[in-house]
Amino acid sequence: MGEQKGLTIQGNMATALGAKLCKPDVIPAYPITPSTLFPEKISEYIADGELDAEMIRVESEHSAMSACIGASLTGARTCTASASQGVALMHEMLFIAAGMRLPIVMAVGNRALSAPINIWADHQDTMASRDSGWMQFYAEKNQEGLDLMILAFRIAEDERILLPAMVGIDGFVLTHTVEGVQVPAQEDVDEFLPSYEPPHGKLDPEEPMTFGSLGTPEYYQELKHDQTQAIENAPEVIDEIFDEFEEEFGREYNRVTPYKCEDADIILLTMGSMSGTARAAVDEMREEGKKVGLAKMTVFRPFPSDLIKEILGDADGVAVVDRNISPGFGGAVFAETAGTFINESKSPLLKNFIVGLGGREIFKKNFKEMYEKTKEAVETGEVEKPVEWINMDEDVMR
Amino acid sequence: MSKVKITIAGVNKKPGSSREYKTGGWRTMKPEVDIEKCIQCLKCFDYCPDGAVKKTEDAIEFDLDYCKGCGICERECPVDAIEMKVEEK
Repeated sequence: MGEQKGLTIQGNMATALGAKLCKPDVIPAYPITPSTLFPEKISEYIADGELDAEMIRVESEHSAMSACIGASLTGARTCTASASQGVALMHEMLFIAAGMRLPIVMAVGNRALSAPINIWADHQDTMASRDSGWMQFYAEKNQEGLDLMILAFRIAEDERILLPAMVGIDGFVLTHTVEGVQVPAQEDVDEFLPSYEPPHGKLDPEEPMTFGSLGTPEYYQELKHDQTQAIENAPEVIDEIFDEFEEEFGREYNRVTPYKCEDADIILLTMGSMSGTARAAVDEMREEGKKVGLAKMTVFRPFPSDLIKEILGDADGVAVVDRNISPGFGGAVFAETAGTFINESKSPLLKNFIVGLGGREIFKKNFKEMYEKTKEAVETGEVEKPVEWINMDEDVMR
Repeated sequence: MSKVKITIAGVNKKPGSSREYKTGGWRTMKPEVDIEKCIQCLKCFDYCPDGAVKKTEDAIEFDLDYCKGCGICERECPVDAIEMKVEEK
């Protein structure tokens, strides 16, 4: 086992470095803030002879994902990066990548969707793609961004799964923030991630096959069911690969990671970079004697229903913190968490808090407020407003 | 068409399979020709959007592997030799 090297780098460099360690063959990409540095770094690696790969400079994100699909069909290990409007422009191709069972990996610098135009952190872009059939991983810090890229390739290419995966790192909060990371040795990544040989066939003039053919009403539903089975069976495989990664590289990953949850009355459920702030808020509240815990979701797709029930099931109340909004209902994580408990005989009271949209700061005091509001709902047994927006500026509201 | 087992992602390892794909199954109404009335003017052949009419010795016949049952032939037939009938499936 080679030694890991310490580096101090931005989030985009961490995901680009994670991708490079996986030796991708083809990287079609269209730069977009805040993930622009990813294709820049990949270009640099190729120009410097550090990475032997084909970079395709496409004219749009729709073309980027189209090129990813074509490349992946030839059996090439393929990745890209995007954000916000870019992910939105890829939308139709995302479904095709998943339906064709192509293990493409995309690093997303999570950013708000227009209008109004905004380049800052927000989970709306990937949340709006949650039905595309892609697996979704969210990083709390740059180290996770790097590791999750390696994990995403390994999980996506597993024969039992064969589905694309996106790794979300929060725009600017992670993409442009410099943090220390440990970089695994190349030979260890090579061992962890064997070369990709598509088991379902590949584009080869010597052996012609048909891909992406018509799925008539006689077959479509069975094909969609087959694809859905793959993502529904994924949790077991993800857990197995997370364990193997920990054994190899010494860093622990879970689909949902509990923190001080065992005796907690109230648990905060978070995703992405806000989890660090939430953990600090939990520590401070614990010092005040409040029984509060944190559950950090790393894997949003497949939705970790089993762990959600296990970790949150015994709490009195859960504050589901969403950095996205599905207008007309509430946050996406809240909707799915609520759905998870629908047939359980015992469910914690669930409150939803919308925070951090378009790069709005999320402070420790915000998490404390969420705790208090959830606690109050538990004590009174009344949930007047299931969905509440936090850290609103009354001075600018009309 | 006989049923086939699906493959992962619907990959078809045998190319050229579209020849086996019969689209007549979409049909609910089926044309029938009265060969006594047919004058072989072939208006039905000209108007059929799917090329599903064939000339025979005595009259015409329909290629039910592809006929969608649109009924244009019935409407265009100048001697009312074609009648659309509900197809039992």
